[in-house]
Amino acid sequence: MRTPLIVRLGRSFDARGWLLVGLFAAFALVAVPIMHLALPPENPLHLSTWFITLTGKILCYAIVAVAMDLIWGYGGILSLGHGLFFALGGYAFGMYLMRQIGRDGSYQSDLPDFMVFLDWQELPWFWAGSDSFLWVALLVLVVPALIAFVFGYFAFRSRIKGVYFSIITQALTYAAMLFFFRNETGFGGNNGFTDFKRILGYSITAPETRVVLFGLSALALLGTLLLARYLVTSKFGRVLTAIRDAESRVMFIGYHPLWYKLFVWTLSAMLCAIAGALYVPQVGIINPSEMSVANSIEIAIWVAVGGRGTLIGPVIGAFIVNLAKSWFTVSFPEYWLFFLGTLFVVSTLYLPQGVVGLWFTLRARWRPNSGDELAVAAKGAKA
Amino acid sequence: MRITGLLLCGWLLSASCLAAIDPALLKPLAAEDSDAKIAAIVALAQATPEEALPVLKAFSDNSLAVVGERVVIVDGERVLDASSNVEIRPAPAAIETIGINNRVRRELSAALAALRLFSSERSVRWQAAQEVTLSAEVKMLPLLDKALAAESDPEIRTRLQLAHAQASLGSTDAAVRHAAVRTLGESSSPKVRQLLIPLTEKRGDNWVEPDSAVRAAAGTSIRSIEQRLAWADNLGRAFTGLSLGSILLLAALGLAITYGVMGVINMAHGELLMVGAYSAWAMQSVFRAYFPAALDWYLLAAIPVGFLAAALVGVLMERIVIRHLYGRPLETLLATWGISLFLMQVARTLFGAQNVEVANPVWMAGGIEVLPNLLLPWNRIIIVAFSIAVLVAMWAILNLSRLGMFVRAVTQNRPMAGCVGVPTGRIDTLAFGLGAGVAGLGGVALSQIANVGPDMGQGYIVDSFMVVVLGGVGQLAGAVWAALGLGVFTKFLEGWTGAVVAKIVVLVFIIIFIQKRPQGLFALKGRFVES
Amino acid sequence: MNAVDVLLDEQDNPDWDSGTAELGHVLKPGQLDLSHKVILYLEDITVSFDGFRALNKLTLTIDAGELRCIIGPNGAGKTTMMDVITGKTRPDEGTVFFGQTIDLTRLTEPEIAHIGIGRKFQKPTIFENHTVFENLELAMKTDKRVWRSLFAQLDSAAADRIAETLQLIRLSAHAKRLAGLLSHGQKQWLEIGMLLMQEPKLLLLDEPVAGMTDEETERTGELFLSLAGRHSLVVVEHDMAFVKQLGGRVTVLHEGSMLAEGTLEEVQADQRVIEVYLGR
Repeated sequence: MRTPLIVRLGRSFDARGWLLVGLFAAFALVAVPIMHLALPPENPLHLSTWFITLTGKILCYAIVAVAMDLIWGYGGILSLGHGLFFALGGYAFGMYLMRQIGRDGSYQSDLPDFMVFLDWQELPWFWAGSDSFLWVALLVLVVPALIAFVFGYFAFRSRIKGVYFSIITQALTYAAMLFFFRNETGFGGNNGFTDFKRILGYSITAPETRVVLFGLSALALLGTLLLARYLVTSKFGRVLTAIRDAESRVMFIGYHPLWYKLFVWTLSAMLCAIAGALYVPQVGIINPSEMSVANSIEIAIWVAVGGRGTLIGPVIGAFIVNLAKSWFTVSFPEYWLFFLGTLFVVSTLYLPQGVVGLWFTLRARWRPNSGDELAVAAKGAKA
Repeated sequence: MRITGLLLCGWLLSASCLAAIDPALLKPLAAEDSDAKIAAIVALAQATPEEALPVLKAFSDNSLAVVGERVVIVDGERVLDASSNVEIRPAPAAIETIGINNRVRRELSAALAALRLFSSERSVRWQAAQEVTLSAEVKMLPLLDKALAAESDPEIRTRLQLAHAQASLGSTDAAVRHAAVRTLGESSSPKVRQLLIPLTEKRGDNWVEPDSAVRAAAGTSIRSIEQRLAWADNLGRAFTGLSLGSILLLAALGLAITYGVMGVINMAHGELLMVGAYSAWAMQSVFRAYFPAALDWYLLAAIPVGFLAAALVGVLMERIVIRHLYGRPLETLLATWGISLFLMQVARTLFGAQNVEVANPVWMAGGIEVLPNLLLPWNRIIIVAFSIAVLVAMWAILNLSRLGMFVRAVTQNRPMAGCVGVPTGRIDTLAFGLGAGVAGLGGVALSQIANVGPDMGQGYIVDSFMVVVLGGVGQLAGAVWAALGLGVFTKFLEGWTGAVVAKIVVLVFIIIFIQKRPQGLFALKGRFVES
Repeated sequence: MNAVDVLLDEQDNPDWDSGTAELGHVLKPGQLDLSHKVILYLEDITVSFDGFRALNKLTLTIDAGELRCIIGPNGAGKTTMMDVITGKTRPDEGTVFFGQTIDLTRLTEPEIAHIGIGRKFQKPTIFENHTVFENLELAMKTDKRVWRSLFAQLDSAAADRIAETLQLIRLSAHAKRLAGLLSHGQKQWLEIGMLLMQEPKLLLLDEPVAGMTDEETERTGELFLSLAGRHSLVVVEHDMAFVKQLGGRVTVLHEGSMLAEGTLEEVQADQRVIEVYLGR
């Protein structure tokens, strides 16, 4: 008897898991809009625009963190190139946002301002169709997926793994950043895209638009978690962690690691791209520095701080690190890098399983009989 | 002067051996008409090159004057007779300075330059020959002929021949022009090429050069010059590539130890370069404050200081963090990245976010001119030499010293090395310190050609890893070839794609290369690769 | 593959591993053909690593259903030979055929595993972060492509098979434990169990009883003997008592070539073998 897929998806979380999902969805989709739109600013429960933008942004980061965790925590492959896929998604959607500006730019031209500035007469070929939301939505998914697929195919086929893979993904991102910095590339050079006005005709700065984007980010994160949860509890997930732990054994029992790695790698890239596409309209800018080496490594630290090989860990990590970042950069900008640097060292030295692992350890100390959960949590400890 | 003058006497047909100038030659200098003045200058210069020099010099200094019919030189209070160079006493009252316009002045300086060709000082003649080459005209031919006949220095002769040929281009005799064009073909100067190009062009309906044989010869000469130019260009590129390669090598050599030999991914390697570069800056400040006389030699002091400072940072890193992460390369990567952020912020806090200024010592300024269009700057040459020296030292340490032997032993079989009494923990620390110190040396070198600031290390980390990865793990030779190859390849690529695209192409090339030849990089082969 | 093969391929859509060939057989691509009662041919295999010859013109045949022991001093090339058979190392020269038709040098490791060659490593290699049950489930013979694994569900027949194997390797009580927590001997058994789940035609076992107690060793020997006949086994072993217990033909490797072959007694009486083992 085969269980229908929808039922299996439903079983990905237990009752408590679904309760948490429901609470989160209710907060993001009902409470937040009311607290932001309906409550007057002087009400203590009112949520400011700053709050919506910040949390919306971190929700996107959390999607990236979960995507990173799939490939790193479960697959054992540390990518230092996920900033690239995030930025590609952002750029693809940014093209649409640039076209939505229409003639409201400073040159009042049909072309985006930076093209007028470069004295271009018409849109380059790759901008064709960028005024269509659907086409751009397709680009957001397909372009990063294609790049990830091709790159991954060759890298995994050549059995590049461990730090070699990390280093060449870093080189890939770096090359892409240099490429996008050029004005001639056609993506606005080092200024990138900014000054967006509208999305689907609605003002991009309107509170309602922000709330909708926030809600979409929350839904995307939930969707990502559900998908990830399904994957890691399926046989696919077991093969994936088996590859992480003993790749040659996996090969000698007849699985082809190439395709497993490639699948999760490409999927992870697509999730990043979706996050990037949601991120750009909320933040209002995308430029090549999103592809910098530092950004991609920071993604890894979200996952490491939260807890690799767990799904809630990366989400927690993304929130901890980015809330700390926004607090530091406002209050003590000069100490932010000290904090972040220390975080990297401390989390690798003392928190191999992140705060989630720490939680399980502490709980195991209080309740000695929950050792099994600890063992399960420890699954991600290696690599 | 005298000696050359005497030598000249033997063959100068029109000039007398006496030091006096025929007053008839001097008189036209005072003519009203500029053309007449110019003719007089040329005639004088040709007639008595040696004696004409002070007169023409005075002329160009606006101190040539006439007293009645007599041409005199005004030298402060004194008045000298131009023909005999004897002081006139009492100084005449009615002195009338001979005026010159720009056209005459130009002519004068050309003539003066030509006259300096007969100087007894080699350096003066060399300088003059270069000046003449820039402005050779047909009317200077007789002078150049004389100068050529007198010249024995081969380098100056070559110059003069070029100038002569250049002057001959204006000749009305097609055969002379033909010979000149062919001589000019020997040149490797872009200026000569510019000179020849008009000869192959049409102005209106007429050829600039009426004689077709000369035109053809001009074409051939242009092509041969261009070939030589291209060659020099490539040579220049090869050299800049070499110097870029040696910088990459300096940046990567430290990594070749920490990563290549010890297997530690050190993302803070760029910041170790930064430590070295700031050491150079600190030594410069120290010398400026305490030993201003020896300021030019601060760099020599910076070398050990840079090495020790970076090595110290490296040892601390290894002791505090890396030691606990052996065998977990991905964690090491993240932790060292954290250290790099930390070090960057330390530099920012201590020295400010702006770049600091590190000056080249005087002895590193200038360069060697190998060809007219190829100058090799000293700072680059010194960096190439320095990187070779560091490489040799590293090789010696790894292969000849006891420390090197221990490092290699630990690399090959850690438990076994421990069993036979190698203090593996201390060896790790020392080896890491050595790698870090070498990075510091690289930083000292970088301070001479790149900006020194808190972020400088970030720019080198990708490049250095590319070198090590491309070169293969566990050997210095691989890193050397990879660094030089990448440097030269990048520079040649830059020639036709521009710097940014060249960099992208190189990165993509490396990515493809690694995928094609991973086994070349994973040096381990055979039965030990179980999992 | 010639044109006829392609045609047949389309007609019959042959399963990877449906039994032995019939009389008057037709060559079927990708299908094990045991018509000459030989399951593995190694011919003139040479493998060098940086000038060192790990295998030197090694020729060896294994009969279908045979239990063969391979012995030899360290560095004789035993592990390299297994690497060549399982596709991990490509020979510089020589051919490797699985049955009459399948050229192993052209296949990748997973493909070789798929056509029915299972391998146990010298050091027990299992998935330490998976439970014993999951280890067996992953090894089980099934469609092992990505898409299937995404939607795979365990049916009751499969669960029964796993339970059977668990019983055979005496790990039923540990089914839900993480494999990393097992003792060394239990890990060896688990790996053997995983091999059985693959239902291979040919099992390559590299020092399967290393680290086992005498009792475990004896039970392992019984298990192998019960497998022989239905499967072919190649056992690399140093433990002479165990080799004696297995009782099959013995091949002695030395410096990458075959030194002697025969029963254990014959081999042990061979002057050259004694020299190799006792030194010159």
